[in-house]
Amino acid sequence: MIAQVQAMSTPDVAWSALAPLLALVGGALVLLLVSTLTTAKPPRGAYAIITVLAAVFAIGSAMAIWDRVTDPSQGPYAAVAGALSIDGFTVFLTIVIAVGVALAAMLCDDYLRREGLDGPELYVLLLLAAAGGLVMAMANDLIVLFLGLESLSIALYVAAGFHRRRASSREAAMKYFVLGAFSSAFLLYGIALVYGATGSTNLVKISAFLSHNVLEREGLLLAGFALLLVGLGFKVSAVPFHVWTPDVYQGAPTPVTAFMASASKAAAFAALLRVFVTTFYAQRVDWQPLIAGLAVATLVVGAVLAIVQSDVKRMMAYSSISHAGFILVGVQVASARGTSSALFYLLAYTFLIVGTFGVATVVGRRGDAAHAITDYRGLGSRRPGLALVFTVFLLAQAGVPLTTGFLAKFYVINAAVEARSYWLAIVAMLSAVVSAFLYLRVVVAMYMSEPGAAADADGRLQIPAGAGIALALAVAFTLVVGVVPDRVAHWADRAVPVLTDKAG
Amino acid sequence: MDYVVFGIAAVACLVGALGVILASNPVHSALSLVGTLFGIAILFVEEGAHFLAAVQVVVYAGAIVVLFLFVIMLLGVDKAEALEAEPLGGQRPAAAVVAAGSLVLVILLGIRAAEVSNGAKAVGGALNGPGANVAKLGRALFTDYVFAFEITSVLLVIAVVGAVVLARRPDRDEIEITETEAAE
Repeated sequence: MIAQVQAMSTPDVAWSALAPLLALVGGALVLLLVSTLTTAKPPRGAYAIITVLAAVFAIGSAMAIWDRVTDPSQGPYAAVAGALSIDGFTVFLTIVIAVGVALAAMLCDDYLRREGLDGPELYVLLLLAAAGGLVMAMANDLIVLFLGLESLSIALYVAAGFHRRRASSREAAMKYFVLGAFSSAFLLYGIALVYGATGSTNLVKISAFLSHNVLEREGLLLAGFALLLVGLGFKVSAVPFHVWTPDVYQGAPTPVTAFMASASKAAAFAALLRVFVTTFYAQRVDWQPLIAGLAVATLVVGAVLAIVQSDVKRMMAYSSISHAGFILVGVQVASARGTSSALFYLLAYTFLIVGTFGVATVVGRRGDAAHAITDYRGLGSRRPGLALVFTVFLLAQAGVPLTTGFLAKFYVINAAVEARSYWLAIVAMLSAVVSAFLYLRVVVAMYMSEPGAAADADGRLQIPAGAGIALALAVAFTLVVGVVPDRVAHWADRAVPVLTDKAG
Repeated sequence: MDYVVFGIAAVACLVGALGVILASNPVHSALSLVGTLFGIAILFVEEGAHFLAAVQVVVYAGAIVVLFLFVIMLLGVDKAEALEAEPLGGQRPAAAVVAAGSLVLVILLGIRAAEVSNGAKAVGGALNGPGANVAKLGRALFTDYVFAFEITSVLLVIAVVGAVVLARRPDRDEIEITETEAAE
């Protein structure tokens, strides 16, 4: 059988490019090892601190390669035999995802002690999920993309069911798992069909093939597009693939929901931007109408259904669907401007939604169940600071000026207008007006109604240290960048994905 | 010779497949599946896909059927399933329609495959190029796809941690936390 043994040249591993990924995976392994080898109870918050350190290290090591990849004389490069693409896009999304995991870990810290679930497992799962998201953001190959997506998803299936004593948490995990496995299969079929049509799974080779050849009959390729769009549309919870979102966001432990709405969504949009906008750019007339249709449906359904909810977590789930619609508008434009507007939106939304669910974590109280809008009554008089912070997040999500939420919506709509998608811009603006109502509804409940009887029985709400830091960071980012956005917007402009097979 | 081998393997496949759906004992069903999988493995060898044949036996006939057996044993072999009860109304007619539709679609695709696609040849080259199949796969795994190969190990870590989290009993008593169910 063995004909000849040749010397095999193994691919070069660019460690500096892999450092953010290694930081997250390494952090997870350190947590596992430390908790296994020590019998003593660790100091309070040790797990959360290790998680945050790993995320901070990931952000730092990503920033270290930013200058190199955005320098025109050196430029982006492909790492590890062309499997990963290291460009400004990778760095930007690494930061978004790492911020998501760090803030979620801060929320977890007190939450887990409060619910009697303390242990390293949830942090390990979140770190590994973030590592999967990172792989999705830098994947230069559809197989690597799929593995990243599975790492992200499988870790999140378990994380969604982490609060085992709550039936709704177990239900969320089960629903997410069954539907998620289904959508992964769609994605995999899409990858297989695109491979069949183009002869490669490598994005650079696919793009080169499609720009140098004209397919006489492109049924296979179009079917591949559709299936890829179903698989990724599920992950970004675009209508009509959104059905899981409200149940899972509502049932999952609130810090995990924060992570899902921020980092997991960012990773899925990263894949959408790199695969469709960048790789299938030459075929954009084929997929642009599809994404435009998804965007309209997502904007309308998300905003309208959010209004009729009485549970704040569920309401935020629908509102996150409508935010996904805005980002899809940026994706649909298929231009550098559209991509950078989507990236800015993702970064701004990460802080906003983690902050929003952070407040929900605190207000949820023991049992993680007090999420009805009536539980927020009178928060303005009981905890003025918390109510003020929540108001900032809600108004920013509604798109009030001087916050990042306004700028994010403005950039996306601006990009759509520049690309002459006027009607899409109009739908987006109408959706923003409609959803403003639901955010104001919560604000009104906090300031203009008397606290319920149940709230008094619980006594004063405590704001734990970890959640306090996370909320402060999120508010600071939302307001500071909302007033002086130039620098961050400039970063987003330079973070447009690039396809290259040039070795680093 | 090809025909003889094909004939034997095909008969093994079909007998196994019939056994899966006709056997009344679920353990016999699972064991019949092994026959089908072995038949397919022989067909793979016949086509020169040795690696695929080995994987077919090791993964499917070995691991997956054993997993089936575990599940059957855990759930209890002797439990008879009530086939009359339909959890969702209209499931069977719907299943028949979908099955017929899929069959028509597959036949149509088979007839008119050329009109759907005219894709490129795979970049990996023909299977029968120089060098053994297994060696080529191994080479690809450690060169072009080394990152995908390594990231799979992360996936395995997640699976282990996830399994431990899900299987461990809660420390406290199993008290369900009552919740105010959200409207809608």
